[in-house]
Amino acid sequence: MMEVLATKAEARGLSFYYGDFRALKSISMTVHERKVTALIGPSGCGKSTFLRCFNRMHDLYPGNRYEGEILLQPDNANLLAASVDPIEVRMRIGMVFQKPNPFPKTVFENVAYGLRVRGERSRRQIEEKVEQALQDAALWEEVKDRLHQPAYNLSGGQQQRLCIARALATDPELLLFDEPTSALDPIATASIEELMHDLKERVTILIVTHNMQQAARVSDFTAYMYLGDLIEFGVTDELFIKPKMKQTEDYITGRFG
Amino acid sequence: MVALMIGVLTFVALFLDMAMDGVGRLSWDFFTNYPSRRPGQAGILSAWVGSTLVMLTTAFFAVPLGVAAGVYLEEYAPKNWVTDLIEINITNLAGVPSIVYGLLALGLFVYQFGLGQSILSAGLTLALLILPVVIVATREAIRSIPQAIREGSYALGATQWQTVRYHILPYSSAGILTGVIIGMARAIGETAPIITIGALTFIAFLPPAPVKAEPPFISFEWLLSPFSVMPIQMFNWTSRPEAAFHANAAAAGFVLVLMTLAMNGLAIWLRYRLRRNIKW
Repeated sequence: MMEVLATKAEARGLSFYYGDFRALKSISMTVHERKVTALIGPSGCGKSTFLRCFNRMHDLYPGNRYEGEILLQPDNANLLAASVDPIEVRMRIGMVFQKPNPFPKTVFENVAYGLRVRGERSRRQIEEKVEQALQDAALWEEVKDRLHQPAYNLSGGQQQRLCIARALATDPELLLFDEPTSALDPIATASIEELMHDLKERVTILIVTHNMQQAARVSDFTAYMYLGDLIEFGVTDELFIKPKMKQTEDYITGRFG
Repeated sequence: MVALMIGVLTFVALFLDMAMDGVGRLSWDFFTNYPSRRPGQAGILSAWVGSTLVMLTTAFFAVPLGVAAGVYLEEYAPKNWVTDLIEINITNLAGVPSIVYGLLALGLFVYQFGLGQSILSAGLTLALLILPVVIVATREAIRSIPQAIREGSYALGATQWQTVRYHILPYSSAGILTGVIIGMARAIGETAPIITIGALTFIAFLPPAPVKAEPPFISFEWLLSPFSVMPIQMFNWTSRPEAAFHANAAAAGFVLVLMTLAMNGLAIWLRYRLRRNIKW
């Protein structure tokens, strides 16, 4: 059965510089709507750098420079344009980090924060959205009785799901995951992967992972990167079973990396 | 360890000696009497009221300025040579002798601004004196906040000000408060700059009350009132020939040291209380 793929975001000739160092070399790639796209590659290949271009995280630090464009659909806006406010970009694109980073506030306040920075004042609205987000992140049952306790009392896996709920509360169009399970145990990892599988019904996901099995399990598309170049991009099953490039094959078979 | 014990034991010995000399003079009257020619009736009312008001003024100016400067340097300032220069200057300011601040204040606040030998002048002077302490404490507290927290906030679409307002300031408040109190504990014992700007050594009246019966109810007249403070009262009594006044001085010193210790104790307690709620 063929299904029509819609484009959510598209990188075109994207290069990125840390000062003089060119960390990404003219990358062009499509992120398909409501699919999970995984970025894999050895350490230092630029996969996290690439991910962080999508929500302009690099703007927080001096000396960073983008070249090329990332077009976000449906409005075909170039996220990297100088005229685009990075805050507008981050309003549309959520992010989950490598280590769970809940704020030292209550569970409720963590999830409500994204709504509050958007100026949401209605207490009822906030409560509804917080509950919805926690349910979407499969955390509601575990925390509904301790919404007003500090978030750091949760376990690592719960904290990471809290961070996912925090990102979901504001209805992002695209969700970025930067090695979201590298600090978690296998059981917590499995629950996050399952969650991603459910989430792609409504949100596009781009995930960086150093774990190839994880990429194979959760993603529909996979991109293999090496030293700032995009070596190969394709449907996950095809890329893992019969990669077109020798380099990709060496990496996924473990002969390299 | 030995060096530490020498320091601690010396302090304890001095403190006990002072306590034994002065403790006989401590009574309710000692706190509610003005200074007097007769040592038996002399008290520290004007001195401790003066100290309290000067401290309030100091905190009023030093805290907002110091915290704002610390937040600016950590969160907003570009990393260039101007910022480096400012940083070096702040560190050096902490080491400037306090009498230099007094001379600056005499020229600037007392004469140039025409504030006179008032509580306001003294408060501003001590505020300048502890400003570096507050700035350094603020910066250190802010620096201990992990970058991941900032990124988490920005990734949700927060502006820089929202990040500062909802994360940076609340999470650094314990450290800032500690720095402020330690700075204040230093300021309360400062004598030189206060003498330089011309605090009175003998004063038998209180500043006008800040609250009044008739509208507008709140009055700031006290800011421009002459005043005395605890260390000056002590200094005045120690320079008298009569031995009875020396006992007064010891008693006032005992109270002053207790005030300082209490402030430091408060700092430790607050830090403990506030830190308990924050973990990364």
